[in-house]
Amino acid sequence: MNREVILKLLKSPAQWIEERTGVVAFSAPLLFHHVPRSAKWWYVFGSATLMFFTIQIVTGICLGTMYAPSASNAWESLRFIDEEIPFGWMLRALHGWSSSAMVVMMAIHMLQVFMHGSFKFPRELNWITGVFLLLTVLALAFTGQVMRWDQDAYWGLGIGAAIVDRVPVFGDQMRALMLGGPIIGGETLNRFFALHVFILPGAAIALVGLHMTLIIKNGISEMPKPGEIVVPSTYREGFEERMKKTGVPFFPDAVQRDMVFCGVCLLLLVFLAAYYGPFGPGGMPDPTLINTNPRPDYPFMWIFGAVSLLPPASETAIMLVAPVVGIVILVAVPFLANSGERAPSRRPGMMLLAVVVVMAIVALTWEGVTSPWSPVMDGWSALPTPTQFVKGRTPLQMQGAVVFQFAQCRNCHELGGFGGKRGPALDEVATRMSPDQLIRQVQQGGGNMPAFGKNLNSAQMTAIVDFLSTLHPENEADSAIPGAQLPLPIKSPLTMNTVSSGAETPAGIHSR
Amino acid sequence: MSDNTKGETKKEGCVGCGCGGGGGGRPAAVPQDARRGFMFKIGAGLLGIGGALAAVPIVGYIVGPARSRYRNQWVDLGATTAFPSGQTRFATFLNPIRQPTDGDAAKTACWVRCVEAGKFQVFAINCAHLGCPVRWFEQSKLFMCPCHGGVYYQDGSRAAGPPPRGLFEYKWKVESGKLLIDAGRLPGLEESV
Repeated sequence: MNREVILKLLKSPAQWIEERTGVVAFSAPLLFHHVPRSAKWWYVFGSATLMFFTIQIVTGICLGTMYAPSASNAWESLRFIDEEIPFGWMLRALHGWSSSAMVVMMAIHMLQVFMHGSFKFPRELNWITGVFLLLTVLALAFTGQVMRWDQDAYWGLGIGAAIVDRVPVFGDQMRALMLGGPIIGGETLNRFFALHVFILPGAAIALVGLHMTLIIKNGISEMPKPGEIVVPSTYREGFEERMKKTGVPFFPDAVQRDMVFCGVCLLLLVFLAAYYGPFGPGGMPDPTLINTNPRPDYPFMWIFGAVSLLPPASETAIMLVAPVVGIVILVAVPFLANSGERAPSRRPGMMLLAVVVVMAIVALTWEGVTSPWSPVMDGWSALPTPTQFVKGRTPLQMQGAVVFQFAQCRNCHELGGFGGKRGPALDEVATRMSPDQLIRQVQQGGGNMPAFGKNLNSAQMTAIVDFLSTLHPENEADSAIPGAQLPLPIKSPLTMNTVSSGAETPAGIHSR
Repeated sequence: MSDNTKGETKKEGCVGCGCGGGGGGRPAAVPQDARRGFMFKIGAGLLGIGGALAAVPIVGYIVGPARSRYRNQWVDLGATTAFPSGQTRFATFLNPIRQPTDGDAAKTACWVRCVEAGKFQVFAINCAHLGCPVRWFEQSKLFMCPCHGGVYYQDGSRAAGPPPRGLFEYKWKVESGKLLIDAGRLPGLEESV
């Protein structure tokens, strides 16, 4: 047989299929559409997001073959996948790490689109489908955290339920709808399972399809150049002309960079998954095991931080209204700035906004991770008192150091860099407060400190204040008022009031 | 595109009548259009009614949990002697509102404070801020929350932090030497336990 015959034989089945399906005709524009020559490394993040999404679908289906979506054995089934199923742990690790990677890539992609003004005419709907994709992916991340069905999942749901419960009038019904009943239980997990494996992935696939269709329809935006202004009435003609003249086909020209970047991302993903392993599951989902410290996954850490830092008086309003306002603003972006300059150098206000938003999210995430507002629950029993604070002290002062630990002061106050950060560090408290002020603060609390007046007897109070009065830099005197004795033990509320009336809490101490 | 147009042209006037496009001398166009419009309306009507009937169970199934009134029940926490006067003790019970698939999630914890013999306060485990489990510290007589730092005094009143109110309290009663609480629903701001 000669070459032509072989080629013909190979070609004819392909032709047969193409005649009946039109698959090549359908996908040709996807592959060969012209993209700007200037589209270089900035344009790879969307592809990487899509790659991670594909990995989520594949690994998700695999995990679906073993995961038991039932509150009574979901946790055990995850342990079983991790420990007994060949590569089970790796599948869970890939699914977990790829989920985080998808959120990160999506955020970078969105930031790039925002900074390059690519959302302007005619790509408004590209941006809006992207916003809904972001929301869908975040919802997938949250429901995925619930699938772990460990203590973090249980109490995370509790936090979600408590927020929903604050909705005026319908809060109770909405909470029941979310939880599938009046408690966090079996129906809750199954509701979130249906969301995580049916509804949200379906929505995401549909949105990805729409997003891609819009990319083909409107083309990839060019790199912004100062002075190249978007004018809606003439933009399309100019763009199509430029693509014909200077554009390059997506395949095989532009796709090279996407392939290289996605390849690096994929290798990194496999490394992270293999080296660090799967996320959880954490402690058993038994709500009577209360020695737990619930924390959300990283994509939600900034929300956890924000919720903790809101002023209590307005937190309900902010928690309920802020997400709606945020989504409305995101959707409105392409309508607020539909034409004009795209170059970052010509849009300093927008750049500042992007920087502020990114910094706010990073800062709130950091706050969430360190959560200085959380008491260190075992600070009083687990942390040693640094020797410099007890060396050379009198027995009474030593007794005070014991009371200081015993009364759980350390859960909220640092000594020598260890302890809670809820209240101020007390290493040098004697330089800020006199013994009278110390007594008042411990007795009555204030700022953001509980009153210990009823919980410490007068001997303990004397000891603790005597100890606190010694907390100052070396070579400085104790904070006792010159020439005065330490106050006598306080016996009645009357004395307490007398003591307190004269001394004001210094500014900055114990304020939230 | 052009193929379709040709096809339609060929069959013009006889869509679906089965006469093979010959016409057969019948006045084709007008009655066919009328019949098609009628069929469309019937079809839309049937689908509408059928859809509505099918939607009732679907919507009812999904929103059912929000509508049904789950009732709290009296739950036995054990003999009152297990709760010494002046102390606050940890207690657990199986939630009376539970489903077969709840697993451990049906277990519930609470804090029982015996103010004096025969007088109790029973606090929900959930912080009034965002529902995390509060822990009791006997030495300082405080409840502390690990999430956002809510702190409560031994009587459940708010001491510090973001909670908008004190701890949620269960109704309690003592019957034949046993402490009973009225429990079930997850406590929340809209409706306490």
